[in-house]
Amino acid sequence: MKIHEYQGKELLKRFGVPVPKGRAALSLAEADEAIQWLQKETGNPVGEPSGARRGASATASPAAVPVSIVVKAQIHAGGRGKGGGVKVAKTLEEAREKAKAILGMQLVTHQTGPEGKKVKRLLIEQGMDIARELYVGLVLDRVSGRVTVMASTEGGMEIEEVAARHPEKIMKQMIDPAVGFRPWQARELAFGLGLKGDEVRNGVKFLTALVEAYHQLDCSLAEINPLVVTKQGEVIALDAKINFDDNALYRHPELEEMRDLDEEDPSETEAKKFDLSFIHLDGTIGCMVNGAGLAMATMDIIKHYGGMPANFLDVGGGATTEKVTAAFKIITKDPRVKGIFVNIFGGIMKCDTIASGVVAAVKEVGLKVPLVVRLEGTNVELGKQILRDSGLNVVAAADMADGAKKIVGLAN
Amino acid sequence: MSILVDENTRLLVQGATGKTATFHTRGAIEYGTKVVGGTSPGKGGTKHEGLPIFDTVAQAVAATSANASVIYVPPPGAADAILEAEAAGIPLIVCITEGIPTLDMVRVKRVLENSKSVLIGPNCPGIISPGKCKIGIMPGYIHKQGNVGLISRSGTLTYEGVHQLTQLGIGQSTCIGIGGDPVKGMDFVDCLTRFEADPDTQAVLMMGEIGGSSEETAAAFVKAKMSKPVAAFIAGQTAPPGKRMGHAGAIIAGGKGTAAEKIAALEAAGIKVARTPAEMGATLKSVLR
Repeated sequence: MKIHEYQGKELLKRFGVPVPKGRAALSLAEADEAIQWLQKETGNPVGEPSGARRGASATASPAAVPVSIVVKAQIHAGGRGKGGGVKVAKTLEEAREKAKAILGMQLVTHQTGPEGKKVKRLLIEQGMDIARELYVGLVLDRVSGRVTVMASTEGGMEIEEVAARHPEKIMKQMIDPAVGFRPWQARELAFGLGLKGDEVRNGVKFLTALVEAYHQLDCSLAEINPLVVTKQGEVIALDAKINFDDNALYRHPELEEMRDLDEEDPSETEAKKFDLSFIHLDGTIGCMVNGAGLAMATMDIIKHYGGMPANFLDVGGGATTEKVTAAFKIITKDPRVKGIFVNIFGGIMKCDTIASGVVAAVKEVGLKVPLVVRLEGTNVELGKQILRDSGLNVVAAADMADGAKKIVGLAN
Repeated sequence: MSILVDENTRLLVQGATGKTATFHTRGAIEYGTKVVGGTSPGKGGTKHEGLPIFDTVAQAVAATSANASVIYVPPPGAADAILEAEAAGIPLIVCITEGIPTLDMVRVKRVLENSKSVLIGPNCPGIISPGKCKIGIMPGYIHKQGNVGLISRSGTLTYEGVHQLTQLGIGQSTCIGIGGDPVKGMDFVDCLTRFEADPDTQAVLMMGEIGGSSEETAAAFVKAKMSKPVAAFIAGQTAPPGKRMGHAGAIIAGGKGTAAEKIAALEAAGIKVARTPAEMGATLKSVLR
């Protein structure tokens, strides 16, 4: 599960990870409030460095803002800055203007696709006096089966790009779960990042807190890019990309509340209610399969015979008529679907159960596109008989290849 | 004619009294697996499906000399069940449970590094040596005793591969579903090593999928260490990046773990890769010597 930057920063703050002062805003009125709140919190007149903030608050003029105010679009996709979703303002008026421009805009980044993503949330944040931009990321290393802390001096760049061009600029520390993240590992990274004096202590504290947050929250990714060192020697998370392990969400009900349904595909959300594993794709052949591996393989064979899958759908091992019906509804809701391929290898799940489910679903939902069904495995003859006797226009396939060829032919 | 499990396997079922466990234990016994008992904390001393039930794995091992265990415990307790089996010294632990938190498995894997126990799974169909022993949820009847080893990250796709082999008259020595999670027990290389050493396995069919780099590691191993022919299939050639395709481990992350990369690595190692999932059996047949 993914969350927004502002949510990630709120969580990190609880674990002692330093983040800039900021507030989320879901409307222009809220943005206005956030701007004024930030002004009060930081109390800096225009142009003065944040280091001078203590004495300045009393004399701040009404129109003054902290050193700067940053207005950041909150969408799950990366590349927001380049797409025009992050703006820096020097005055209160300017901050309001930027907020007005960004909220509601259709933000296009390399991760949103050409249609972009509508911005419905903003983060209004204190600007930082940046001396250097670094990178820190925590992720599972699948080869060793350990959580790995990656750090690089190349902040602001995508880490994949750094890995491709300058692999020597990425430092790694694997965390041994028996002893946890050790202070020496944090120091090694801090020194490796070129931190000096107080910065080292701040860096070690930052890393230790971030690792703690990753483990306590069952993250699958915690990426701080950039991690900034301010001119005052503070080490602060300027961005935060936090993902959670879906398998562990059951022990973090509070995180489930952070889910933003606007960021998720509605058909995927609907599928989740029925415990169906569904991913929306761009093709025209709807697929319904039991088992994730077979579902992927079914998509592949459709492409092999010249079609493109409209979805990934695993109905699971214990598909009931109710689940199959729900799956059919979700698939047929997509207007691009020109045909449906049901591919079932009945192991524990019996083919007659699936066949009855398909018949019931078609009778309830109706069928406007060709349907090819391939059944194999337990009770296969019984299943085929049920389909034949149904009087429905179902095309039977002898095997997977036959089914894929038939549905691609019929859909064209 | 098999690896890891055979007619001498004495199986213990952890979480034996649950619905899923009951169903599949019945299937295992019908297949001829020697199931010697089960655990269910608090129900020790009772019987279930004719099997003696114990409170702890240690008690069960002492009383039954079980040398393998299968875990059907729900996700919150599954990692602990693996650790309990390991502590009791069970040599082979098979965990069927899907949905175990990754960080739980990180800790389990650390314990297994210094252990004599090996783990299959989690999130897997299990292991079967046709005609001898079936541990897990796969349908036994599609298998045929023979000389091809099979390793897969999937469930039903494995059945598809087995079915194709059996239809072609090609039997299997042992079929192992290693599971779809990012942190797991045995990987391709661990299984390939054993198949290479097994005198009655003549060839291996491996079925991988997107995510991680196990297939690439396996390709290097096959090239350097295997004398037996290997055929393969990789699922997920049409999978989009950044999306978890059902299995927790099936995700293309940061542009890494694509099917194309894996197929290239396998082919570079001299492994014949099936173009479509319908040709897995035929591809294996073509490499048989």
